[in-house]
Amino acid sequence: MAVTGILLMLFLIAHMLGNLKIFTGETAFDHYGHWLRDVGTPLLPSTWFLWIQRIALLVAVLGHIAAATVLALRARAARPVRYAHRKPVRGSYAARTMRWGGVIILLFVIYHILDLTTGHLNPQGDSSNPYGNVVADFAPERWYVTLFYTLAIVALGFHLRHGAFSAFRSLGQQTPRGERRARAAALVFAVALCAGYLAVPFAVLTGLVA
Amino acid sequence: MNLTLRIWRQPGPEDKGRMVTYQVDDVSPDMSFLEMLDVLNERLTLSGEEPVAFDHDCREGICGMCGLMINGDAHGPQRGTTACQLHMRQFSDGETIDIEPWRARAFPVIKDLVVNRGAFDKIIAAGGYITAPTGSAPDAHATPVAKADADAAFESAACIGCGACVAACPNGSGMLFTAAKLTQLSLLPQGQPERYTRVIGMVDAHDEAGFGGCTNAGECTVVCPKGIPLNTIGRLNRDYLTATAKGGGTPGS
Repeated sequence: MAVTGILLMLFLIAHMLGNLKIFTGETAFDHYGHWLRDVGTPLLPSTWFLWIQRIALLVAVLGHIAAATVLALRARAARPVRYAHRKPVRGSYAARTMRWGGVIILLFVIYHILDLTTGHLNPQGDSSNPYGNVVADFAPERWYVTLFYTLAIVALGFHLRHGAFSAFRSLGQQTPRGERRARAAALVFAVALCAGYLAVPFAVLTGLVA
Repeated sequence: MNLTLRIWRQPGPEDKGRMVTYQVDDVSPDMSFLEMLDVLNERLTLSGEEPVAFDHDCREGICGMCGLMINGDAHGPQRGTTACQLHMRQFSDGETIDIEPWRARAFPVIKDLVVNRGAFDKIIAAGGYITAPTGSAPDAHATPVAKADADAAFESAACIGCGACVAACPNGSGMLFTAAKLTQLSLLPQGQPERYTRVIGMVDAHDEAGFGGCTNAGECTVVCPKGIPLNTIGRLNRDYLTATAKGGGTPGS
């Protein structure tokens, strides 16, 4: 869980920084979008590096889901008779919603790829103009897309808040002071990532990016 | 105080159990939770019914025998307290209290509220000891131990093995118990020779017993009557990573 999770977190950081380039203008953002396909050239043929990244991410996602499934199945098997009276988990809301949160994020990622990578669910769907796709996607009249996107990002934030701390712990974070630091770092990371991802749709919604 | 109790009744390991409602009147707020159950059992015995079976021994909060899920809380609503040290003043007059046994595949119900915690013994047998003969208690300063290590080891050694961590864990994991029994040794000089075979053996025994995996949810440490901290599991994780990187060896050898 921890190793695949960290790979995915590194991707999330890179993806967020890329998204924020939208504030540098249409030409720069489109240029960045096209550059993503050419990273690694001339060492590798065009789009090869992109596909290597995609395969690595897919392996990480599948590994992450496989590990989570094993844990969930073990948890179910470990308590065959359920409690008649059970309080909800008090550790944290984030820890309690890891599994369902993960499913929501997976569904969102599928939608997100069909929307802004392949363009099938995008109102513009022009792969040569990613800036236009984003602006068309989060247009004020498509408020429900922005709402769904926001909910998914908030779910991601909760997932990261527990996930980042849990990754530190799984990899051997062991002192009480370190635990406080790890929890604080996970919270800051989750909030920063949420803010970075939500900046784009709300900038489009308010007309800051048009 | 007058209370309504809903108690899990199960005649034997293979029988089907159910929640049965009892009325207990004239309960003193100064009674412990187990004394309140004693009052109920006396009444049941007098009326020719089967008394409710529950585990208990020292009733001082140090033996680890008692363990009840009270209204969905392992050992009841008061933190850092075993069921025997919980007083009825924590409840209000007229309240309905649900009492269930620990629920885990590794802890099968023997009767009513009594579960078999033999799985914990298997974890200990897989490495929760040192093989060097230690003789009688050595002089306190014969083997120097850093104060911070001694404190952390002592904190882990406070574990009474009651099983509340397993009962509360959303995954049914016994990792807090395993980690406590591991770190009380791995932090001290006497525990070093078998440090890395111990962790592999104990974690394997934990998994074989049918406990779930830890997801760092932190429920265990909330209900632990001895306040074993969650970072104890981090110490276990670090030892486990080191042991697997080193290639371990045979547990106990």
